[in-house]
Parts: sequence; C-alpha cells; structure tokens
Amino acid sequence: MELLIKNGFVFDPINEINGEKMDIAIKNGKIVESVNEQRAKKIDASGLTVFPGGVDIHTHIAGAEVNTGRLMRPEDHIKDVVRKTPITRSGVGYSVPSTFTTGYRYSRMGYTTIMNPSMPPLEAKHTHEELNDTPMLDKASYPLLGDWWFVLEYLQKGDLAECARYVAWMMGTAKGYAIKIVNPGGLESWGFGRNVHSIDDQVPNFCITPREIMCGLAKVNQMLNMPHSIHLHTNNLGLPGNYATTLDTMRALEHVAAGDKPVAHITHLQFSSFAGDDWGTMRSGAEEIAKYINNHSHMTFDMGQVIFTDTTTMTADGPFEYTLYQLSGHKWVNGDVETETSGGIIPFHYKRNNAVNATQWSIALELALMVDDPWKMFMTTDHPNGGPFTAYPKIIAWLISKKARMATLKKCHKKAQKKSLIPSIKRELNLYDLAIVTRAGQAKALGLKNKGHLGLGADADVAIYNVNHEKIDIAKKYKTVRRAFSNAAYTIKDGEVVVKDGEILQHVDGRTIWLDVQTTEQAKIDEEMKRRFKEYWTVEYENYPVTDHYIKVPDPLTIRADV
Amino acid sequence: MIVLTPLRQFQYPVIAECINPDVFQGKSVAEIAPLEVWEGNRKKNLGDLVKIEEVASESLKVTLKGDFSEVRRVGMGMKNGEIVVIGNVGMHLGEKMEGGKIAVQGDVAGWAGSGMKGGFIEIFGNAGDYLASPYRGSSVGMNKGKIIVHGNVGSDVAVFLKGGVIRVQGNAGPFLGFRMRGGTVHIEKNVGNRVGACMTGGKIVVSGVLEDMMPTFTIDGVKAKVKIDESEKAVGPFYVFLGDLAETGNGKLFVSKNNNPHFEHYERFLQME
Repeated sequence: MELLIKNGFVFDPINEINGEKMDIAIKNGKIVESVNEQRAKKIDASGLTVFPGGVDIHTHIAGAEVNTGRLMRPEDHIKDVVRKTPITRSGVGYSVPSTFTTGYRYSRMGYTTIMNPSMPPLEAKHTHEELNDTPMLDKASYPLLGDWWFVLEYLQKGDLAECARYVAWMMGTAKGYAIKIVNPGGLESWGFGRNVHSIDDQVPNFCITPREIMCGLAKVNQMLNMPHSIHLHTNNLGLPGNYATTLDTMRALEHVAAGDKPVAHITHLQFSSFAGDDWGTMRSGAEEIAKYINNHSHMTFDMGQVIFTDTTTMTADGPFEYTLYQLSGHKWVNGDVETETSGGIIPFHYKRNNAVNATQWSIALELALMVDDPWKMFMTTDHPNGGPFTAYPKIIAWLISKKARMATLKKCHKKAQKKSLIPSIKRELNLYDLAIVTRAGQAKALGLKNKGHLGLGADADVAIYNVNHEKIDIAKKYKTVRRAFSNAAYTIKDGEVVVKDGEILQHVDGRTIWLDVQTTEQAKIDEEMKRRFKEYWTVEYENYPVTDHYIKVPDPLTIRADV
Repeated sequence: MIVLTPLRQFQYPVIAECINPDVFQGKSVAEIAPLEVWEGNRKKNLGDLVKIEEVASESLKVTLKGDFSEVRRVGMGMKNGEIVVIGNVGMHLGEKMEGGKIAVQGDVAGWAGSGMKGGFIEIFGNAGDYLASPYRGSSVGMNKGKIIVHGNVGSDVAVFLKGGVIRVQGNAGPFLGFRMRGGTVHIEKNVGNRVGACMTGGKIVVSGVLEDMMPTFTIDGVKAKVKIDESEKAVGPFYVFLGDLAETGNGKLFVSKNNNPHFEHYERFLQME
C-alpha cells in the first residue's frame, strides 16, 4: 500500500528537519523517497504537525506486577469503563488499564513503540502473553538482571565474559531487549529483610557491592554490543537525600564510559533527585543533578513526572514499596521472585496540597528544563508510578509553556511553591525539542535504528497532530496543544492509518522486539545449572524459556557480541 | 405529578435511569414517552414499557404503580422531588441520589441508596443486600442522607459507609458495616455475624441479638442510651465495643446488654480497670 502525507510541518530531529513543509512518502510499511502520486492514498497535512511515531522508553504495561495491580484495584477500574465498539474491544482504565485499552490509548496519542521496563525472567511468559494482547504498538521488555544469582556470582568472581554469556542466554530465553537493574543488591538483600543504603554496601551472601554490579553489567552490556545501555533504577530511590547516591552512581559509571555511546540510562530520575534529611526537610536536588548531567555525556535519563492523581505504584524495588506502605497505610502487595528480583505494589494518590508530592512534581520539571540537551532527558511518567501515561499531554503543556507550569504551581502546597525552582526557569521547549524528548531521543537511546525518525527506510510510524506553529504561539495556547496531543489527527503504524481524529480506525497487532545475541561461545547449560534450577526455582529448566510460539508477531534483532 | 404503570410483566431486567423527577420536570407525557431505556439487550422507549399519565399537581412527584421489581436504577442521581412506589422495585434504587425523597410501599432489591450523597429513602417492606453499599469495586460509600427500612435487610449493608443514618426496624444479614468509616446504623432486631468487620469509624447499634463478636473488637464500657440522630435515641443498656483493631480502627459497636447475655464475660475486663 502506498501513502503520501502532503504539506505537513515535519519535525524529524534525527534527520535535522525542523518544521519544514514537505511530503512524506510511504510504501509497504517503510518511508520511501517517492510514491506514485496517482495511485497513493493521500493525507492532506497542510497546517498540521508531522512527528515520527511516539516512543516510550519506560512504561509498565504488562507482566506479573501490572496484572496484580489490576487485581488489587477494582476502584481504579470502576471509574473508567470502556465499552466495545465495532472495531475496538472493551476494557477498563485508569492507572492500570487492561491490555487492549492500553494499546488503543497509546495509539490515540500518536505513540507506536513502547518499552515494558521490568520483567522478572521467571514471569516472562506471562509478560509476553500480555504484550501479545496489547495492540497497535511495537513493544519490548527489559528482563530484570541486576539481582539474578548467576549475574551476582560471576561478577563476584570477576568473570565478565561468562557473565556476558549468561546475559546473552537470558535475552533469548526471556525474549528481552535490554538489561534492567533495579536497586542493585537491594533486592537480593530484601529477600533477607534488609536493603543496601549506598553503592558501597555489601550484599549479604555474595560479597559484592551495588557499584560492582552496575559497573560489571555496564561492561557486560558493552561486550555484548547491546543496542540500549543498561537501564538503571538507582539505590535509595524515593528517599530524601538520595541525590547524593545518584551522583555517586553517575560518577561510578564514568569509568566504564568509552566512545560516544551512553553506558547507562537512569530511569525516572525525579524519584532519585531528592535532597534534604527527612520528609519534613525534603527538597529538590535537581540543580546538582542537572549540573552534573550538563557536564557529562555518558548517560541518558527520563523524567518520571508526577501527576496529581490517584495512581498505582509498582516496581521491582520491594523495599521501597514497603516504605511507601509505611507512609500511606494503603493496601499493599510485596513479593520475592526466587533468585531473580522482588516486587511491590501500592496505590498512591499524589496531591497538590501535599508538600512532598508537589515538590516531586516540581523536581521532574526542573530536571527536564535544566538539562540543556534534550537528547539526554526524555519524557515519561514511569507509568503508572508517577501517573498514567494518558497524562503525557499535560506534561507536554508544562514543558512548552511557562504559563502552564505556573498555573499548576500556583495551586500547589505553599511550602513546595516556596522551594520550587520553576518560577526561575524561563526555558520553553519548541516542537523540535518536543519531538526529541518524546520520540527521537528515546529511539536513539534505545538503539532502535528504524524508529523515531522519518528518514528513508525507517518504519512508517507517523503521528500527525493538529498544531500549526505558524498560526499559534504554542507557549501561550498550551491548551490547544494539550488537546492536539491527547487525540492525534492521524496515527500511522507500519504504513496503515490506525487513528484519525482520536478515533481508532483499525486494530493492528504490533511486533514484539527481542534480542538474539550471538556469542562466539554459548553459555554453559550443564547438569550443574539444571540441578540449581531444580533446587532454587519453582520452574524446571525445560519449562523456563519463552519459546518462539509464545510470541504472536516476533521481530528478533540479531546482534553479534564480542565474547 | 406523573404516574407510571407497567404495560406488561417484564421478563428481562429494565434499566431505566430516566425515571427521575429531575428528568421529568417540565416535560409533558409526549416528551417523557420517548426517553431511552434498556430492556435486556434492547434499546426501548419508556413509553413502550409503561403507561404514562399526568395528574395535575404542583409538586415534583413521580408515582410508580404496580410491579417494578425488574426495573433498575429508578431515581438514580436524583436531586429534587419525590418518587413513590406502590409495589416492589428493582436494584439500584436511588443510587448516588443527592436529594429529594423516595418512598416504597413494597420490597426493594439490592444496592438501594448505593453511594447516596443526600436525600431520604423510606422502605416499608424489606430491602435486599448491599443497602447503601457501593457497587463492587468501588470504595465510595454513602456519605449523607437517611434511609429507613421497616422490614428486614440482607447482607453487606452499609459497606464503606462514610456518613448519614440508616435505621432498620427488622433484622440484618452478615457483614453489616464492613469497612465502615463514619455514619450511624441502627438495627432494631437481630444481626448476622461479622458485624463491623474492618470498620475504622462510625457507629453501629444493635438492639437485638448478635451471636458472635469479632475477636478484633474490645469492650469499652456500658451505656444506657445511644444517640442515633438529632431526634432519636436508642434505649439500652448497651455494651460498647471498639474496633476493628485489625485495621487500627476506632469504630463503635453498641450491642444490647439484655438481649445478649452471652457477652457477659466481657464485663470482667471492665472490672479489672
């Protein structure tokens, strides 16, 4: 099928196209030089903004913890019920929407690729079953490897090559895309009711420190030539004063850096940028963090913006979720995933008139605006931890308009207002920057060569929004922009028009991307390993891998490793 | 005044949110007839199912005559006016109502007054389960208003209750006041077990028999009278229990002393102090 998008204002930062009026030609699901104008279906995009399809680097939309979140929050669903239509299936929202609803809602906002960031390998089958049922999007998952016993053992022995072979094996076994590390060392300690409090604390039973785990896995990541860097959730997350730990983490990783490619991605950075000694004196550490980021280029980040709403927090960071339970007293779930990781879920209501929550809201925006290079800092809410992804248009408004930020800040807790740096920040993102923080930058950091841009050969994932930057000043008319980004004028997925004016036109299955890492020598899968599976896992070795038939539309990416 | 009479026996549930004085206000019979209702999975007009008559009267009043026991959501979200049901009525009567008055001469099915925010419901027959309780999944209970039931009520009454008064002259089923946070419930006869499970606030008064007390309630004293609302008092004497301690709750459960001699052994905990 051929498609021609005519006369739109195209923003394609990877190819350095900044609002030029031009045509985009699509053939067989790819961007091409030109198509036959008579035969091609035409979309008149004059006066509209044309972006590459949205890419979300970090959003919890599938898997064991998401599903448990759904089970424990009926009150979240009853307020947001979605009826079926002749095209779409029924479902429920709000903070943990059902799989189909998740796909439709992302697509309506112009998103086409999303990354599910925490998949315990033991729960990988479940995760992929849910991803199969998440339509409209290309997706991938990051297996949680930071506290996996095999990783800890080989890193402790200093055998990076063997560790790398096991990680490569795991990518194929769990059908994963990147190495996810959550509170390194802390989750293993949590199995014994403990936690680590700095990057140099010892992990019980393993004689290893978080620093060694992070740096080790970052090196492993390089040895395997993985497209994405390690995806890191820092130690001490969500605790006052943790910005010092975050700075230590970033400094520790400096030694691993080589070349231009980032070595790590610190996710939901807002939750790792608290200063102060306790909740009473908690304030923003964004200034110190942003200063460091502006002077270094070995890492990328995403915001983890907080939205003032009732949401559900879920992370593999079991000890942090337990802390949240102690703060809120709400119903909670906490679990230990055998030899791999842990997990916790607790509903949380972020409130404007709560000084801590309002400061968190402010921190994320301060970080996004004070980090000068948009290629380093991406827009997320860490869905659903900071708020549901459906709030992205609100964040867009805050990023592009000082007026929008100030309007929200005015309604916040007085103490938080006083401490906030937002009144002093003048920067307003333009559409070019916005395209970076919502798609181009994320695709580049993920190493997705065919995503996040509209160059020749790229996947024909396009989002068209009803914004005319020549006619309106987006900073002043932020409400118009917010509306436009909530309901895309068109979303095009693999060359098919799937959304028009915020309505789903057809149901398409996205692909599941995973890494097939080719190592020169295979990981040793011997009797010893199988014995350990028998002893420590509830699942037999033979039943553990996610076999090919589990994935509806597989899209493996083959990479050649150095080991 | 509008009078509605069923044209036939309903075989399938009828969802009729439009039977509401606020909706009918200022409309003639011809305008009311085409209002949308669902019968089973079919969309129908109200006029297809019931006979609609207008009786000259100043007040904003709707009268339902006959068997409406399959008709659900009558008076949902109503703010003003009055509904009188001469007969039985179905589930979700007066759900989320904010004001006005509903009187039912017969029986009412489940979820009557669910999530109520104001107004008054009086039921002369029996009420079903989940009286004044939110629908499954929701945690938003009744927070204002008054319900009086002259007959019996089913199980799970006053779940998540936050405010308002419920008075039942008959018996009540189990799980009365589950997760209750405020408000007052008075049962004049007997109640089923697990009364006040997980309650953190509010007042439950049982004038009849309660067989078992939850182990997570502790005795606090004996009281002669308990205030139900401005005009009424329940006459005891009552044992006063506090709970649910499993939820570090501070709810009060008053149980008649004379009708519950099996709780006498709790009195020794009072004498110890």
